Parts: sequence; structure tokens; C-alpha cells
Amino acid sequence: MSEETQTMLLDYAIWFITYALFSALVMVTLLLAIAFLLLMDRKVWAAVQMRKGPNVVGPFGLLQSFADLLKFVFKEPVIPAGADKTVFILAPVASATFALAAWAVIPMSEGSFFGLADGRWVISDLNVGVLYLLAISSLGVYGIIMGGWASNSKYSFMGSLRSAAQMVSYEVSIGLVIITVLLCAGSLNLTEIVNAQRVGVGSSVGLPQSLLDWYWLPLFPMFVVFFISALAETNRPPFDLPEAESELVAGFMVEYSSTPYLLFMLGEYVAITTMCALTTILFLGGWLPPLDIAPLNWVPGIIWFVLKVVAVFFMFAMVKAMVPRYRYDQLMRLGWMVFLPLSLVMVVVVAGVLQYGGLV
Amino acid sequence: MIIKALFFYLFAILSVAAGAMVIIARNPVHAVLFLILTFFNAAGLFILLGAEFLALLLVIVYVGAVAVLFLFVTMMLDVDFAELKAGFIKNAPVGALVGGIVLLELAGLFLLHGFSTGAAGVTQTAMPSLGSGVDNTTALGRVLYTKYIFFFQASGLVLLVAMIGAIVLTLRHKEGVKRQSVPAQVARNPKTAVEVVEVPSGGSIIPSTEGQ
Repeated sequence: MSEETQTMLLDYAIWFITYALFSALVMVTLLLAIAFLLLMDRKVWAAVQMRKGPNVVGPFGLLQSFADLLKFVFKEPVIPAGADKTVFILAPVASATFALAAWAVIPMSEGSFFGLADGRWVISDLNVGVLYLLAISSLGVYGIIMGGWASNSKYSFMGSLRSAAQMVSYEVSIGLVIITVLLCAGSLNLTEIVNAQRVGVGSSVGLPQSLLDWYWLPLFPMFVVFFISALAETNRPPFDLPEAESELVAGFMVEYSSTPYLLFMLGEYVAITTMCALTTILFLGGWLPPLDIAPLNWVPGIIWFVLKVVAVFFMFAMVKAMVPRYRYDQLMRLGWMVFLPLSLVMVVVVAGVLQYGGLV
Repeated sequence: MIIKALFFYLFAILSVAAGAMVIIARNPVHAVLFLILTFFNAAGLFILLGAEFLALLLVIVYVGAVAVLFLFVTMMLDVDFAELKAGFIKNAPVGALVGGIVLLELAGLFLLHGFSTGAAGVTQTAMPSLGSGVDNTTALGRVLYTKYIFFFQASGLVLLVAMIGAIVLTLRHKEGVKRQSVPAQVARNPKTAVEVVEVPSGGSIIPSTEGQ
């Protein structure tokens, strides 16, 4: 082996280890955050129904998620006799892996990561970050289909069929909504999409850079469509038909127990957090402060990002607590007959306004 | 280069192996899952070529949509394995003939062009440089909407025709099936929906059928 090859391999090893460490850091932080988001979800739900929610484990029930984690891990995984074992185990793993993989391209802030020379607030700043996210989120459906089929139970199968149809339907409108944002930002790179929101409606009428510049204002109908489609895409109530308790017991995960079930739940919550982050990046200005004046723009970008993600998650939780579940045909009608035409027309309108309004 | 070559061999071997498993696997659902693995590795090869837009499009379109439909269909099928095997003997010679021809053609190509040196030769095939600062989304957009605009529109039309065809073939309005009509529901008002009835004390009322 020549000297040159050796230095190259060494460089590669260093690069690899750095990235592996960064990825591990993001994953651990994300999972910790999700433990508390899950608690928040349950607390908000409880507060709306005038209950206390989990309040026994730790102060204010803060450690509830960790208690649940331990409980799931120590239970015995039951694999049904008629199940296709490989696919049965593969399904939850695929579900969790695909959900976590999305976080590789999500920029959480800008600039150097805690002053590190080569550090950034994103693992991979892809040029086609948006497409990557679309690709990964369309893979999430496989965990559900595989799990439903491999369980060899009619309830699971019904659940997974519903879920597949639902996710494929709402992906179409999500894609079109994202296209409108891309048209405005002129880039598929998520960092550039956030930076394009520094100037917008607010600054064009002479205001300082503020939350009026972000895309939620000019693209408000798309913001609403995206939020509702995100609920449907992640199987959140009121669109939780795949696991409709009243009809299908627990839908595609009815045969799952222990760690495989935990992985499904984890995948679901990671996907929800991803959608919250995506809403933040596409419509709520990512890490930009709500008003670009002295005390607010001293706050690091990551804090604004986290606050915005938590705010969007709060809306997810409130919707879960307040809105009754849709019927299946209503869900399909909403997706195909309301959102699809609306977002299709908006793509044409936005493109037209940008082209003939001289805004490109 | 070594790393790139290693990844090339990883993706290439996996995609060929998964491709073989698609036809070897007994269970059709497993076959479709292997097909998905093949798509994935093909996407990996695209990324090695620097065509990340195509790679992600492959994942979105084929893995995210087409393969889901495949999976749907194969899951719904009630496959009789005995019947499948009965057809094997009959169809084997035709299959072998087609496979043999393709193999011969590929061998001919290899013999004509010779083996390039290692995996590096693969990246040399038909990969125009894009110029600096142009990512391949932009590059594709530039030719797709200018030079190839008519072909692009024509392919869109073909897909539209296919879509309309599928709808025409399957859309049927059956008589006597109750359907929900949202406008009719929204248009209901208290006058047509509710009726105030004086109930005589001690007596009973027969619901009127007038408003229906």
C-alpha cells in the first residue's frame, strides 16, 4: 500500500468517524427530545380533557417516557405462529430507521456548530434536501405495509391497507405544496429555503425583517394544506384510521408487542417531529428570529428552531385532543377532491405570480 | 477513488444479488421486497455517478409509489404455488431462450469494448460535465424545458391518457347505491330537516312523511 493511499484512507477514516459521531449526537438528542415531546403530547391531551395526565414517575411525570421505554424493553416479544417471521421483525426496524434517516438533511441552525472548525448544524447539507425528505417520507409506508401483512391477521391487514392508501394520497398534495415553496425559494436546499425567507412580504413594505417575511403569510392556504396533510401523512388523529381503536383494535400493530412495538411508536413520533421540523423550515422561517431586533437576534438560531418545532407539535397535540376522527371515505375525499385540486391550482397561481409579477 | 470503488462494488453486488432473489424468491411478497432493495441499490449507483436528482427521483417514483402498488397487488393475490410450478416446465425453454439471447448480447458488448480497468471505467461512460456551480437539478431543468420541451409535454400527455383510461375503465355509477353528497347535506336547512309537531297530551303522533 502506497503512502498516498494510506493518508487517503486515514483522511477517510477521520471523516467517517466525525460523521458517525455527529449522527449519533443528533440521534441521541432527537430521541431524548422525543421522550419529552411524547410526554407533552399526553399532558396536553390530558389538560384538554381536564385530567392530570402522567404525573407519578419523576417530578410532574417527567420520567414517564423512560419508564415506558424500560417496560417495553423488558417485555417478551410475541411473534404470532402464522406470521412471516423475517418480515414481521423487519417491519418495525424499517419503520424506525427510515424515520430517523430523515434527520440527516434537516438544518437546525446556521453557522458553525459550537465554534468547531468543520462543524455545522446539519449532518448533510444536500443540494436536493427536499427531494431526499420526500423520498424518505414515502418509504415510511413500507414499515406499515410489511407489518400489517406479516402479522397474518385480518385487522392488521385492513389497517395497513388503509394506511398505505392514506399515505400515498396525502403525499401527492404534500409534494405539490412543497413545489410552491420551492418556486418561491428557488432552491431544493433546505438551508437556502430558510435563508430565502429573510426577505418577503413584510420587508417589501418597509418593515424590518420579521415573522411577516416567512412563507406562511404569502402561502397561507398552502400552510394550512401542508399542516393537515402532515397530520394525515403521519397517521395522527383525526386521521389515525390505520390504528382506529374503535374498529381495528390497533390496526397494523395489533400483533406487535415489546421492543418491535416500541420501534413502531418511535418511528411514528420521529416522523411527527420530522414533519414539525419541515413545517418550521418551509413556512416558519427555520432558525430566523421572529423580529430581527437587538434582544431577539442575540438568541442562538437553534433555540428559535426548537421553540418553533415545539409550537408546531403543540398544534399537533391540540388537534389530537379536539377533533373527532374522520371516516375513511371522508378522508379520501378531503385528500383527492379538496387538497389535490387546491394545491394544483396554487402551483399554477404561484408560478404565474412569480413569473409575471417580476418576483423571480 | 478506492472508497468510491468499494461503494460501487457494494451497490453493484447487492443490486445483482437482490435482482436474482426477485426471481428466485418463492413468496411473491418477498420478491417485491427484493425488487425494492434492487431499486435502492440502483439509486446508490446513480449517486456515485453524481446524478443525485435521478437517484432520489428513482426512490420517490419507483420505491415510493410503483412498488407500493406492486406490493398491494401481490398481497391481495391468492397464489397457488403448485400451479406456479406446473407452469415452470412449460415456460422454461422460452425463458431460457430470451435469457440466453440477452446474455449473448451482453457478452458481445463486453468482448467488443473490452474490460475497462476496474470500476473507474464505469464512471467514464456518458457522463457529461455540468460546468461549475450548476447542480444537476438545474442542468436537467435547462434542457428539459427548452430543448426537449415537446418530448416532455408529449410524455406528460401519454401519462394523462393512461390515467384517464384507467378512470374510464373502472368508474361505474351503480343504480340504487346510496352515496354521500356533501352539497346536499350542507344545503339542508331547519325548514326541510326539522318538523315541529304539537303532541296532544296523552295521545301519540304519527311521524309525517311530507318533508321527505
